[in-house]
Amino acid sequence: MNKAQTIGKTKRLVPRSQPANQGARRVRSVLAHTLTGLCTLISVGLLVYLLGFLIVKGAGVISWEFLTSEAPATNEPGGGIAASLYGTGLIVSLSVLMGVPLGILLGIYLAEVASATSVFANIARMAVNTFTGIPSIIVGLFVYTLVVKSGGLSLGVGFSALGGGIALAIIMIPILARTAEDVLRLVPGSIREAGLALGIPFWRVTLGVVLPAARAGIITGGVLAVARVAGETAPLVLTALGNEYINWNISEPTDELTLRILKYARSPFETQHAHAYGAAFVLVMGVAIAALLLRLATRGRGIKVQ
Amino acid sequence: MKEVIEERIQEEPGDAPLQARKEGLPFVGMERATEIDTAGAAAVVPGRAARSRNVGDVVFGGLIRFSVILFLVVLAGVLFVLAVEAIPSIRNSGLGFLTGIVWNPTENIYGVFPAIFGTIMVGGIALLLASVVGVATAIYLVEYAPLWLREPAGFLIELLAYIPSVVYGLWGLLVMAPWLGTTVQPWLKQNLGWIPFFDGPPVGVGVMAATLILAIMLVPLIVSLSREALLVVPDSQREAMLALGATRWEVIRQAIVPYAHGGIFGAIILSLGRALGETMAVAMTIGGAFRIPKTAMDQGYTLASVIANQFGEAADPIYLSTLMNVGLVLFVVTAIINMGAFFLLRRMSRMQGARA
Repeated sequence: MNKAQTIGKTKRLVPRSQPANQGARRVRSVLAHTLTGLCTLISVGLLVYLLGFLIVKGAGVISWEFLTSEAPATNEPGGGIAASLYGTGLIVSLSVLMGVPLGILLGIYLAEVASATSVFANIARMAVNTFTGIPSIIVGLFVYTLVVKSGGLSLGVGFSALGGGIALAIIMIPILARTAEDVLRLVPGSIREAGLALGIPFWRVTLGVVLPAARAGIITGGVLAVARVAGETAPLVLTALGNEYINWNISEPTDELTLRILKYARSPFETQHAHAYGAAFVLVMGVAIAALLLRLATRGRGIKVQ
Repeated sequence: MKEVIEERIQEEPGDAPLQARKEGLPFVGMERATEIDTAGAAAVVPGRAARSRNVGDVVFGGLIRFSVILFLVVLAGVLFVLAVEAIPSIRNSGLGFLTGIVWNPTENIYGVFPAIFGTIMVGGIALLLASVVGVATAIYLVEYAPLWLREPAGFLIELLAYIPSVVYGLWGLLVMAPWLGTTVQPWLKQNLGWIPFFDGPPVGVGVMAATLILAIMLVPLIVSLSREALLVVPDSQREAMLALGATRWEVIRQAIVPYAHGGIFGAIILSLGRALGETMAVAMTIGGAFRIPKTAMDQGYTLASVIANQFGEAADPIYLSTLMNVGLVLFVVTAIINMGAFFLLRRMSRMQGARA
């Protein structure tokens, strides 16, 4: 029956105006080729230009001093983004500490435990899908109310690395959970059965057999999720605030590369614009190098997606 | 008994049940094992028998359950917190909050309609531009592009989806907006100024800059997602169409796009959520003016950028509560879109599954 349907459909799909309009059909085909090619040229060209622009503007700013000193006084020469680098490290580490275990556990739930028919499982699945699309600034408002603000429902920590880390962790969890779910689903069921058949408890099968089998994909997903949250700005404006100085106290305002870029982009001074490009270069190169290394490291290894 | 088994093992070395019995391990019948398939693993944890049997499973199952419940609590908590925090604002502005066009924090008058309008205008036009260019690029990369170009171009575009929005904003604010203001907008005004949409003072920063930067940001997302959808179209579809004497364009339009339309549609819906929720790049380039933009060169606001730009000034509790209210509106709208996309895509994949 299915076959018949396909054939019926294909018949209808036969080019309607066969030999008579040969020329017009060819013209249309060439036109489509050209137009899609043009669109590719525009989009890929623009993106290549953007990367090139960032490299040209940013690479020149990078120096040992730029990477290791704190911000200069306004419109003074020298100085650098050390406060942002350390701050990014601190905030992202906090978010990884909280977000990665929870994200992977949630992914394990979705892939290994949740049944297709249970209402609760479907709610969880829908929640994860919905949450990945929620604007990140809303997470910022949430964490601001619960962690940063004084009084009300809040813990009253104030603008802090902790607040920033919590916000980024909340953003990271659903992203990572979805990747983990996808990757875990690719692990053949026979591996699980083999483990369970040997009498190995479920938790050891999952942590010792299934998770290692999906290692490459989970690491890739994890690094990309971290790269994604490290580039977040809006939630950090509401939680980490930014800091001119290096700060290691998680309950104090802390700088992040994106916050520094935002601040300097809006400044009227050329020197600060240059620092903004430098910071953007560092941030983008970090992401690019991580992605490239992952691609090389996981090439042909781990589970193949068919 | 054991001897008999050993004998038989020698006769049939590949006999798994016997092997298992020999090692004194419980054997799960092969038929059953394939029958339960992946669900077998799932069946073990929630089962009461497993729970009483193994401490590790109890702990692990508890951890998993904890993570799921925590996540659901956070999601519900976001809605709850925003709603509670928005109460003073709702008391203050009522429904006029959604329809009012005056935004005057010093007099506590807050009407967010211009930002709603701006969100739809900027997001809609950007999505339209990005969809056309993005889907066309994906088609070119999958169907036309020379082989050596496909891999690197695909990788580059995926990489660009990871460039932080503040970096796009930086370029938009410092390079694109001034260029628009000095080159593009005067030209548009001179040549197309008779269309009211292209009139106005050429400032650079404004709705046009925000729309373009947003479109540029959406392109990588749309390309990489619709590329995935196009890549799974089986070659038999192409070959069948070509065998009927179709041109390459007819193959794409009548065989490939219809096959992949679910995935392409999904890509556009996901980008819609992103377009409405994008904050920083838009906040940096839209100019921040609470009025309904009348032309492409006017300044405006979007819901997300209002929160980002005005948060620092919101010292007054009512002001802050109003921003929470804006967040609530944004949350509800994007959640509805995402849920709709989720159900729609699931339904489509089921239909596709039934067809295959």
